[in-house]
Amino acid sequence: MGGSVRIGTTVNRQAHEHDVEPRLLLVQYLREVVGLTGTKIGCDTSSCGACTVLVDGESVKSCTMLAAQADGSEITTIEGLAQGDELHPVQAAFHDQHALQCGFCTAGMVMATVSLLDEIPSPTERDVRLGLEGNLCRCTGYHNIVKAVLAAAGTGR
Amino acid sequence: MIPAPFDYVRAGSAGEAIAALAEHGDDAKLLAGGMSLLPLMKLRLATPTVLVDVGRVRELSYVRDAGDHLAVGALTRHRDLETSDVLAAHCAPLRTVASEVGDNQVRHRGTIGGSVSHGDPASDLPALLLALDATFVVQGPGGERTVAAAEFFRGFLETALEPDELMTEIRVPKSRGAGFSYQKFQRRAQDWAIVGAMAVRNGDTRVALVNMGSTPLRAVAVEEALAGGASMTEAAERAGEGTDPSGDINATPEYREHLARVLVRRALEAASA
Repeated sequence: MGGSVRIGTTVNRQAHEHDVEPRLLLVQYLREVVGLTGTKIGCDTSSCGACTVLVDGESVKSCTMLAAQADGSEITTIEGLAQGDELHPVQAAFHDQHALQCGFCTAGMVMATVSLLDEIPSPTERDVRLGLEGNLCRCTGYHNIVKAVLAAAGTGR
Repeated sequence: MIPAPFDYVRAGSAGEAIAALAEHGDDAKLLAGGMSLLPLMKLRLATPTVLVDVGRVRELSYVRDAGDHLAVGALTRHRDLETSDVLAAHCAPLRTVASEVGDNQVRHRGTIGGSVSHGDPASDLPALLLALDATFVVQGPGGERTVAAAEFFRGFLETALEPDELMTEIRVPKSRGAGFSYQKFQRRAQDWAIVGAMAVRNGDTRVALVNMGSTPLRAVAVEEALAGGASMTEAAERAGEGTDPSGDINATPEYREHLARVLVRRALEAASA
């Protein structure tokens, strides 16, 4: 029991093939196998959202998905957003609005925001607050986070 | 936290999944979105030795108008329910309740059949399917059978599904124009309901309760009181009858009964507005 599974993924536009243990979680795969540590492990119980990444364009909590389930998928992590030195608009908005304090939740917040704005391009403040309900900030910095998401959406409401 | 070791089998179709269950017996468990199962496995409260992954079985992901009812594929994700035009036209309550499950990330992965098969009384969708008199289609080695929602939920995480069976479809009667409200009480927006109450008004009134016993429940006493001419306020006072809520870090059984009475009244009023 517990042999290995061959998986192929595309992480931030780069193809990977690995033999992984079936129980390997996607977040461990990204951090320890692929070597991208921008994705954080927070609560490890799918509550806090710090481990949020995009799988085929949609936000998921990578602590609650097996690497084996991501076989054949396109994965985007926080490292895959910027184009060279140019920040992704959501990253730029978080920077401009000072939407972080300690920064631990930030990678997950940004990834959840990218997915949210893909689904709701012009959200209201309520849409933003509901849309980020799966991401916790323990510095209680939600105010600026919401401002940043609205700024990134270009609505400013 | 890391699950105990297991073997991983990916099924490409419903038939392959059933064959894999037959081969591996009681030690095998179906994995759909994994939103309920994986947390239990990480806590080692569940230790299946074989996981049969049905997450790629796209043939079981659909919402179809089937004449007198809607046919929903068991592997339809909550996200696809909450954005379904077919549901908006014919069963808005299902769309609404799907949008109340977990958070965006959970709804991108979790499936209706997974939620129902898991049999957690704190889940949102099972209570609605009970209120709507839904029917579940399950397939096993001997073929297909149907189980009424009222017969399906047997106990905490216990259902009428046999270990070698796969839920394939949920059949939901149409409820066009129904008055509906789901009142979900929780401490944080993404949490499980501490208590939930929903009311469906469409000629008669159906009331269902979330997390008020070891299974989702119909508030039969409330429904009978309303049918007998009681006011909504009077009927809601009977919301605790026939329930057996547990006590935990969030609420005592007495507090849960109090919440049920308040939430049922609010749900009835909102569904009538």
